[in-house]
Amino acid sequence: MATRHRREISIAFAIVTLWIVMALAAPGFFTAANQRDIWMANMPVLIAALGMTLIILTKQIDISIGSQFAICGVAAGLLAKSGLPLLAVALAVLLSGAALGAINGALVAWVRIPSIVVTLATMVALRDGLRWATQGAWVEELPRSFQWFGLTLAASQAVTASIAGVLFAGVAWGLHNLAAGRAVFAVGSNENAARLAGIDAERVTFWVFTAAGALTACAALLNSVRFNQIPSNAGLGMELKVIAAVVVGGTAIRGGRGTVAGTLLGVILLGTIGPALTFLGVNAYWEKAIQGAIILAAVGTEAWPTRARTHANESGGRLGRVPA
Amino acid sequence: MVRVQSPEMSSLLRASGITKAFAGVRALNSASFDLEPGEVHALVGENGAGKSTLIRIFTGAETPDAGSLEVEDRVVSDYQPKVSKSLGIAVIYQQPALFPDLSVAENIALALESGGIWRKVDWRARKQRARELLEQAGASIDPDSPAWSLSMPEQQLVEIAKAIGSNARILIMDEPTASLTEPEVERLFRVIAAFRAEGCGIVYISHRLEEIFSIADRITVLRDGETVATQHKNQVTREDIIRQMAGRELSAVLPKQQVPIGEIALDVRRLSNQAAGLRDISLHVRRGEILGVAGLVGAGRTELAETIFGLTPADSGKILINGKPVRIATPAQAIGQGIACVPEDRRQHGVVLEMPIASNVSLASLPAVSSRGLIDRKAERELARGYMGQLRIKAESVQSSTGTLSGGNQQKVALARWLATNPAVLILDEPTQGVDVGSKQEIHKLMVELAGRGIAILMISSELPEILGMSDRIAVMHAGRIQGVLSRADATPQKILSLALGHDLGHE
Repeated sequence: MATRHRREISIAFAIVTLWIVMALAAPGFFTAANQRDIWMANMPVLIAALGMTLIILTKQIDISIGSQFAICGVAAGLLAKSGLPLLAVALAVLLSGAALGAINGALVAWVRIPSIVVTLATMVALRDGLRWATQGAWVEELPRSFQWFGLTLAASQAVTASIAGVLFAGVAWGLHNLAAGRAVFAVGSNENAARLAGIDAERVTFWVFTAAGALTACAALLNSVRFNQIPSNAGLGMELKVIAAVVVGGTAIRGGRGTVAGTLLGVILLGTIGPALTFLGVNAYWEKAIQGAIILAAVGTEAWPTRARTHANESGGRLGRVPA
Repeated sequence: MVRVQSPEMSSLLRASGITKAFAGVRALNSASFDLEPGEVHALVGENGAGKSTLIRIFTGAETPDAGSLEVEDRVVSDYQPKVSKSLGIAVIYQQPALFPDLSVAENIALALESGGIWRKVDWRARKQRARELLEQAGASIDPDSPAWSLSMPEQQLVEIAKAIGSNARILIMDEPTASLTEPEVERLFRVIAAFRAEGCGIVYISHRLEEIFSIADRITVLRDGETVATQHKNQVTREDIIRQMAGRELSAVLPKQQVPIGEIALDVRRLSNQAAGLRDISLHVRRGEILGVAGLVGAGRTELAETIFGLTPADSGKILINGKPVRIATPAQAIGQGIACVPEDRRQHGVVLEMPIASNVSLASLPAVSSRGLIDRKAERELARGYMGQLRIKAESVQSSTGTLSGGNQQKVALARWLATNPAVLILDEPTQGVDVGSKQEIHKLMVELAGRGIAILMISSELPEILGMSDRIAVMHAGRIQGVLSRADATPQKILSLALGHDLGHE
């Protein structure tokens, strides 16, 4: 058991170490207000990272989520301004996110274009499409009923945190207990075997992208109610933040292995380290370098056992080819 | 291209007492081979006789465990691919290994030119050289055309041009005619004749016996890693060669038992699949029967399994399960019709190494252990535990990672997955490939048990003893077709090999 969750344990250890350092060096870091800011800023990242975990588990990648995030945010604002009730806005935004994800999914699964190419194209196309449509204008003068869900700040934060918690638990539970979750792992680790076992690998890929789109839309929605305006260039660079969190959380970039618990820890670690460094007065340029080092360290520790296993496979493969 | 030849030299290449084992399995056992200047020496043997291993030793890709290798009467030690190249040995593989995006001239230059990586390329000389070499190889190919645009025979000609350019004295050709048409074969033979006239030696590997008798001077037969005979082609007949290739006693005692044979479970009628190279395949398997499918590598056996299983759906023809015509376009549909398929190469297609045993066992029958998509983990573990006991899978628990098991146990996990689907028809593709002797015997025993339960088994195997020992009937494939079907009583190694080589049995 301990070996299976080695990655999660080591990240948790890193987080605790970081906290201890902060507690000693800058106790002000733990004021309620500061903590609340950090956690709330990372709720959307967590929700998008849940979708990204699914995608990376199936051995794919989606770098267009930042653009999806921007479109869904702007859509949420415009729909709210048009006077639609909040629930209808939410539903419409989730559906648009799912549709954007579905476009990626269909191109990857059935047209068989590599996901890095597909989502690079949609990343650029969606981003520029949005810029053209909005002329760069931000969505402002949001209705009262929209910002903070029309609640108090504290209540809206509680709602956001609960939604994130429910989604997290739902994805974790589903991956573990649903046949669909099993299919995600099977396709990601051995697509040939999954296909032979009767799993429709294309369908799995398509739905994973679609679900990730809906989750990104949800992240955008929860993010857009936090402020009284919605920037049309939201989510720039978000894909990197999210992918980094997933990878640091131990999900294998080659697919088939990983947990959402690891992703949660990855989000916490990467989300904490930035503000922590700022708090310690470290130059902002160092922040990115340190994040980069963490990602390299995480992937590096993953590459080690992987390499050892590949060697085992090779010798095994040779054995298999030996005429008996 | 005139080469000086020392008159006292007796052989270009001499290998004696070559022994090579992989993980304890002997691929070559004291094999010997020699090649004289100006001769074409054919090397024949069935799948796994050790031909490829011997070639790999000639090229320095493998180091023999014992034995000696002499090139032009000089003993070579510390043999490596580089050394073999400098000694004038060139290999032309069945699948040429050109760089698809480079031009023909560049491909040739890469093999021949030397010098620092910053040297300036003389494009005109490079192209001129390529043109000359291609001409000598008898090819009319534009040196500027990219390699990907060439047909398979053209690619082979480029390889030959490379060999000529490297002043190869020893040319090893591995099934060079496998993908060639008649006129292309003739052209290739003219090139070979020119090589021979230069005093070069050619090691010629082929399954086509007619071809061997027309081009070769001497023929060496390998069987089970040993040299059975080396003879001049005028001293032997085709039948002699087949007998030498096949003639072996069944050493292992196989546990095959007669079980009651029932109705036809799988009935394949005139099945064709152009993409997979299958033509007009008809066969049937009855309940309780084991139908062995034999054939050489590339005969289309795995493709047949994949077509029946819906992985590469058929273009035409019919499949009937228990007398009912069924439509199978995906593996899911095949599973729904009661077909199970344990694939060849379990690491590639069989087990999911990252998953625990339990998840691997349930993967093809998830609906059976779940309700409305929700997996009942207890039922799943029970299922896996049942098969672990039944198939005697050696592992700590059903939660153990499949990647940590031995090859034989992994194969049993793959088997368990398919037994869990309660199949009416079980397709086994090379069920005992690369598993240890003990597991092999257990898998054979299990096959008998399964047949006894009324499962129809279609077993693809490259091992003649397994085919002869386990099958009730044997279908032999050649070039994408069923060349003949033999009953257990009728089958002999000679007959199977004859059919596999594409001959009919009429005149035996």
